[in-house]
Amino acid sequence: MNMTRTLAVSAAMLGLAGPLHAAGVPDGTKLAEEQSYTFWLLDAIKSMDPQINTDVEGSDILRNLFEGLYNEDGSGELVPGVALDHTVSEDGKTYTFNLRDDARWSNGEPVTAGDFVYAWRRLADPATASEYAWYMELMQVENAAAVIAGEMPPDQLGVTAVDDHTLEVRIITPLPYFPQMLVHGSTFPVLQSLIEEHGDDWTDAGTLVGNGAYTLTEHQLGERVVMEKNDTYWDAGNVTMEQLTALTINDQDQALTRYLAGELDRVDIPAGQYPRLNEEYPDQAISTPYNCSYIYMLNLSEKGPEALKDVRVRKALAYAIDRDIIVERILQGGQRGAYNWTHWAIADFERPQIDWADDMDQAQRLELAKELMTEAGYGPMKPLELTLQYNTSEDHKKIAIAASQMLKQIGVNVTLDNYEWKIHTDRMQNQDFDMARYAWCGDYNEASTYLDLMTSYSGHNNGEFFNDAYDKTMKDSKTATDPLELYQQAETILADEMPIIPIYHYANVDMIADDIKGLPENNVNNTWYGKDLYRIAE
Amino acid sequence: MLSFVLKRLAIAIPTLLLLIVISFVLMHSAPGGPFTAERELPPQILANLNAKYGLDQPLWRQIVVYVWNIVSAFDFGPSFIYKDRTVNEIIAQGFPVTLTYGLLSFVVAVTVGVSLGVAAAIHQNTALDYIAVGVSIGAQVLPNFVMAPILVLVFTLWLGWLPGGGWQGPEYLIMPVIALSTSFMASIARITRSSMLEVLTSNHIRTARAKGLPERRVILRHALKPALLPVISYLGPAFVGMITGSVVVDIYFSTGGIGKAFVDSALNRDYAVMMGVTILMGTLTILFNLVVDILYGWIDPKIRY
Repeated sequence: MNMTRTLAVSAAMLGLAGPLHAAGVPDGTKLAEEQSYTFWLLDAIKSMDPQINTDVEGSDILRNLFEGLYNEDGSGELVPGVALDHTVSEDGKTYTFNLRDDARWSNGEPVTAGDFVYAWRRLADPATASEYAWYMELMQVENAAAVIAGEMPPDQLGVTAVDDHTLEVRIITPLPYFPQMLVHGSTFPVLQSLIEEHGDDWTDAGTLVGNGAYTLTEHQLGERVVMEKNDTYWDAGNVTMEQLTALTINDQDQALTRYLAGELDRVDIPAGQYPRLNEEYPDQAISTPYNCSYIYMLNLSEKGPEALKDVRVRKALAYAIDRDIIVERILQGGQRGAYNWTHWAIADFERPQIDWADDMDQAQRLELAKELMTEAGYGPMKPLELTLQYNTSEDHKKIAIAASQMLKQIGVNVTLDNYEWKIHTDRMQNQDFDMARYAWCGDYNEASTYLDLMTSYSGHNNGEFFNDAYDKTMKDSKTATDPLELYQQAETILADEMPIIPIYHYANVDMIADDIKGLPENNVNNTWYGKDLYRIAE
Repeated sequence: MLSFVLKRLAIAIPTLLLLIVISFVLMHSAPGGPFTAERELPPQILANLNAKYGLDQPLWRQIVVYVWNIVSAFDFGPSFIYKDRTVNEIIAQGFPVTLTYGLLSFVVAVTVGVSLGVAAAIHQNTALDYIAVGVSIGAQVLPNFVMAPILVLVFTLWLGWLPGGGWQGPEYLIMPVIALSTSFMASIARITRSSMLEVLTSNHIRTARAKGLPERRVILRHALKPALLPVISYLGPAFVGMITGSVVVDIYFSTGGIGKAFVDSALNRDYAVMMGVTILMGTLTILFNLVVDILYGWIDPKIRY
């Protein structure tokens, strides 16, 4: 194996590994006596098992209890975790990670390459029945598909411990963004002896052994999670924050009230309240881009309405929606109107020139939309009847009502269909819809996390947009050294074919206590680590 | 009496079985399943999950296995959504919480409600009566999902007296109890008042008064007992409703109680938790209906079993 090529990212990391302080507290900062951080969870944590968790909120907890090969810094750049750096073979298919020798589990045992091998096999193993097993396939790990299907034993997975501190991973296609994917919680190591001893109870507070900067001291389901600083963590000397508490509050407005009463250090701001709060608390109300896009998916399948098979109709629907009204009058939290699929803030991504987005104002778009509808044979005498399906939520409802009014202007009569989440999803997956609300949050900070979804072989493509040129573009992008051009081509195909109507790109709209520092300010995934936080004295 | 109780308990078993079968079938006929997610799971992964949770078996077999596990080992199975936990663990954590604030709310609602109702009836058409009726109507029309956020606004944000939610000590109980007990209290007050008014005009009260008994004795000894009959028939289901949890209380005060868990289980299609809580509620309902019937016999000598 020839290891001549080292990724730029790991070269940069080698440089960073030495002087970087985990908490990055600037010199001369006066710290508060009590170093505790209380944050908000909308729902109970479904699982604290890295290979079982599927939720964003669960990942926020896992990132503090466990540590993977790499972490992210405040701008979303990779920094060393358990891995110090890695090398890549010339064909781009073999990664060799060099693990630090001072990483410890919270029971004092060393963290070894074998712990990662065990965790990764466990993720793919059918006996684990992980809903995120597909992540191994997404990472293109050798034999992942066969292991998941039960056709090969888990030990055939392309991951090997060369020695205690050297981990080798073999993937089947070179993926330029492979290291970025390792920040995901499902790749975190777990302790085999603990799981074998305690079975499903191994994640209980007091039993759980992790390798993160914190240990789990209390978990009342649906009430709170408390984590205390872990002294065995390799960088514990640089961890300032002593305690992390997550409070479950199922109602967003209630969470805001309790934040204002001083019970929490961070909450989401409910839609429409950002301008008021920003005026009243300019230092606390903060809006940053967040890695999710909101769309209306169109049903192009055989079960879908005939009208949507006509690209002119699809384009007209997209053009008629005034995104400025949606983001400025309804959401009001710094979200941006979307004219393409990939979130605008994704690293190394730039949207291609799109005529209707860049060269027209809304009045012109509306004119064009009307023309297209007439061309397609619809008009005042022959209105188009469509349903717009959304899952239960006040915000989705408001946007759907606005959209239906906007579409009325081009002679489309929209019936709103509201379903609870499971039914909504089930109907979408069975192609029982005309237009349906959909949103996707990227798994990692790279455009393919969006663009792969629209391929014909994706599990998300509920509208059944099947386009050979699109599939080919995305396949080619996997091996391209600079995939941006291909990503732009893919976006152009989406703009030409309009299988989805982009509505808006998300923003994280939060109230954050002004004495809490160290939260990421420029990280689209909002990947935060308790170890980087500190509270300053007021 | 004993044979009556035994007979009722014997009927409870087929009732519960019927409840299990109907819930099971209804639950599985709802669209979507526990593993329906944004990203449609690859068939192989879905198959692995279904195999692990026994969902690949025919429905009748799932029911039989489910009932057998309960009967043989009191095992309600693992949660399909909270995968680190079993249904037994979820109920063991959530039910004591719910039971605590539910029992307290019940005591408050009954004490205040009955006192208010009796006082209003005795002093019918006086200022006291009007105030009592006004308060109870007000309390009844103010839904707890409106009252809960107002309580938090006033006592947590403005006054800073009470924690806005959570479950850590006695001070965390106050607002949930107020929010849960108020409307029950109002109903009890109104039922007590009207029933008391009716009893006060009945013949045996006139007789008691004619005999020259002191008013206090007339009320407490002769009027209250029959006046409580309709209240008690209301209290049976109300009691079960209170101790099995309130979604509103759980959501607004973040108690971690069983009410929210039950609603979530339905929305998440967490079949196991949904069945577990349904059986718990079913059992409690059957049990307290029996208790009400026994109380009836004790209060009303005309009723004999």
